[in-house]
Amino acid sequence: MSIQTGSAWVEGSGSRLAKYNLLNRINWGRFSVIAIPMLWLAVFFFVPFLVVFKISLSETAIAVPPYTALLDWNLEDAFINLKLNLGNYLFLFEDSFYIDAYLSSIKIAAISTVFTLLIAFPIAYMIARSKPTTRALLLSLVILPFWTSFLLRVYAWMGFLKKNGLINEFLLSTGIIDQPLIMLQTDFAVYIGIVYTYLPFMVLPLYSALEKMDITLLEAAEDLGSKPATSFFLITVPMAMPGIIAGCMLVFIPAVGEFVIPALLGGSDTLMIGRVLWDEFFLNRDWPMASAVAVVMLIVLVLPIMMIRNSQGKEEAV
Amino acid sequence: MKRRSLFLNTTATMGFIFLYAPMIALVVYSFNKSKLVTVWGGWSLKWYGELFRNDQIIDAALLSFKIAFISASAAVVLGTMAGFVLSRFRRFRGKMLLAGWISAPLVMPEVITGLSLLLLFVAMEGAFGWPSGRGTSTIIIAHVTFCMAYVAVIVQSRLSQLDETLEEAAMDLGAKPSSLFFLVTLPLIMPAVISGWLLSFTMSLDDLVIASFVSGPGNSTLPMVIFSKVRLGVSPEVNALATLMIAVVAIGVTGAMYQMRRQAKLLEKQGG
Repeated sequence: MSIQTGSAWVEGSGSRLAKYNLLNRINWGRFSVIAIPMLWLAVFFFVPFLVVFKISLSETAIAVPPYTALLDWNLEDAFINLKLNLGNYLFLFEDSFYIDAYLSSIKIAAISTVFTLLIAFPIAYMIARSKPTTRALLLSLVILPFWTSFLLRVYAWMGFLKKNGLINEFLLSTGIIDQPLIMLQTDFAVYIGIVYTYLPFMVLPLYSALEKMDITLLEAAEDLGSKPATSFFLITVPMAMPGIIAGCMLVFIPAVGEFVIPALLGGSDTLMIGRVLWDEFFLNRDWPMASAVAVVMLIVLVLPIMMIRNSQGKEEAV
Repeated sequence: MKRRSLFLNTTATMGFIFLYAPMIALVVYSFNKSKLVTVWGGWSLKWYGELFRNDQIIDAALLSFKIAFISASAAVVLGTMAGFVLSRFRRFRGKMLLAGWISAPLVMPEVITGLSLLLLFVAMEGAFGWPSGRGTSTIIIAHVTFCMAYVAVIVQSRLSQLDETLEEAAMDLGAKPSSLFFLVTLPLIMPAVISGWLLSFTMSLDDLVIASFVSGPGNSTLPMVIFSKVRLGVSPEVNALATLMIAVVAIGVTGAMYQMRRQAKLLEKQGG
């Protein structure tokens, strides 16, 4: 496992291997090692966003592909016609459905992140404090679900939460309830699904922060008369902070754009922006509208996250 | 002190139960004779037989394995190049750009990646006639793009932990840049390259959202088939499939742990 802390994103600086540069001033080997991945990312990562932006300014049409061209030209009559349609964006802000979906995605992702943190912390703490042999076993128990299919882990909860599922059967047979609880296809199921599938992403960075912590600090605090709870909030939590931040980012970011979990566990009223985009595209076949949703999502959600992460990376580098 | 550790152990154990209960239930119910998933009808291997007779699932699984193998292999080459360039080459024009582009797919919601690549493929087909239609090759391109980012991050973090003196010694002794890389650097970062490949393989095998956008008709990958089956409700065949997958992963993780423990012991002996 390598997704541990934000420091992995920090560029390796101060390399004394600068000789690489001197040795190959104009060197095709060096050039192609830089150019090949760069070209790949330019064509298949950067240019697609320009295409999305372009199509978000067109209109739907019954055609293949189902949108109108922005540029229209006819060389014989010598005219070029540029038509930009801002209607998709106006509609996004007029219809409260989309704004609600954005806000509700952020709310669901934030609440789930907090619960993931609360469940992951004891696990990470126990692993970090256990003997080295048990530690390896417990760590692999956390990592194992991560390597199994995400889709199947979400699916496993369908069998648990549905009306005649295992939880209801159990509660009915013990007489705790006499009516089956409706749990599947609710927001509750979505929270469970997010916490469950993203738990390893939170445990691992927390563990790597807690493992580095010097346990004698806690002993010193105890000797000086600090209560366990005080020591926990004044020593353990601040020491674990890098892990807490990294873990929260690793959970919150993918959870905001989640599609599979709300689609399988959520109800028809569970609004999440990833699902809205999917439906615009696959159900309504409205490619320009789906593109406009994607552009706004990129500006409102992804850019701020990248900026926060970059500034964090710089702090850690210093 | 003791009371606190009891509380800690209880909550942590509950966390592990939370993590494993659904998977254990899935495994147990895959051996259920009854078609009704919640009614226990006795032990049976019936659903495994059904699974292997289901051509749709088998074909999709084969396609997914093929895509995952090619994507992971290509992503490892491109990702290692990018990770190496970012940690070992000093300043060049566009370094910041490359660093931004390589880390961006890590935070990009899958629906955006999928949609944007699909629109690119459609636009390219309109402009150059390639790719004509969508299918296996477009899925592979999409998977390589997001997997190479993960490989690059892993390789980069391994390179930053690496002792540079070995590479410097090789250079002082006159190794050419290419032999320096293949004979010194690559063997040193091999564990990172292998875990990058495994991670890419798993992510490609697991991807539903991006593949759904960029695949064409008749090119359903395994997650796409599972998703369409599962959407209609719980299916015993999918339970059987999940059990097989959990078994393979459990064997793999146990094997890796055993290997790591053996290496640690070897190192201990050498040190002592």
